[in-house]
Amino acid sequence: MSDTAPVRGIVVSHGKLAEGLLDAVARITGIPEGVLVAVSNIGLSPDALVAELRRLAGGGPAIVFADMSSGSCCLAARRLLHEDPAIVVIGGVNLPILLDFVVQRDRPIQELAARLVEKGRAAITSVTVDLPRHGGTPLSSR
Amino acid sequence: MAVLLYRVDERLIHGQVVVGWGASLRPDLIVVVDDDLAGSAWEQELYTLGLPPEVTAAFTTVTEAREALPSWRSSPQRIIVLTRDIQTMSRLATDGILSGEEINLGGIHAAPGRRGVLPYLFLSPAEEEALEELVASGVSVSARDLPSSRRVECAELLGDDVARLASRREAR
Repeated sequence: MSDTAPVRGIVVSHGKLAEGLLDAVARITGIPEGVLVAVSNIGLSPDALVAELRRLAGGGPAIVFADMSSGSCCLAARRLLHEDPAIVVIGGVNLPILLDFVVQRDRPIQELAARLVEKGRAAITSVTVDLPRHGGTPLSSR
Repeated sequence: MAVLLYRVDERLIHGQVVVGWGASLRPDLIVVVDDDLAGSAWEQELYTLGLPPEVTAAFTTVTEAREALPSWRSSPQRIIVLTRDIQTMSRLATDGILSGEEINLGGIHAAPGRRGVLPYLFLSPAEEEALEELVASGVSVSARDLPSSRRVECAELLGDDVARLASRREAR
């Protein structure tokens, strides 16, 4: 496996969240062929979910993005990580992470993963509390 | 409060159990009865990552669980007992030690040889047979993935097999 090959992403979620996230990414940045795929846990046993992730993650550097770090989808990804320490697993995926992934995926996988986690965390804000207001009254003086 | 829930769920400790059932049952302890997991520290760690701090998990073999069951029943702790399949729950229930208890069927997924019974429940003929035997041993069996879902009794799950179930019970 080469760390210099562009990284592929697998988004795994409960229900249709992964599919919906990829739909949003496709509308914002577009998704080059084969760069990001969505996996739902619907109808899949724990073993079947691991098998599907294994199938999709093989053949080059890959990041598995799971919806919740503590959820069963992430648990399936962690099982795969136990077999294949070369993959990267990121829990708590959000749209900003995936947008940055599509643009930055030529970076070495470990560097990319660290960047994505930082981007994803930084993207979570309370717009009314954390960001400057334009033309409005600050919350604290209301 | 003892054992609040005996549940069969392939995913064992996961969101439906911790959040869905946990919100109404408020367990202190989740016991996973599974011979393989009982000997696998790294897998135990995976399953416990998602637990809230007020809930602890224990992993036991079927043999250990059968020995511990009386103490769980009289424990001041609020306990959920999980197995990943019907076969393991049946082994736990051997000799009628779960007679009078209720077993909840959660997620059992599609696999070769299993028929779809509910969107979250697929059963093989051997598993249906095991359920019949559990019922015959005095266990109440029903399916319900979440507390807010409809409870589906074993007779309804087995559908066309209800008559066969009845005749088996009469024969005993």
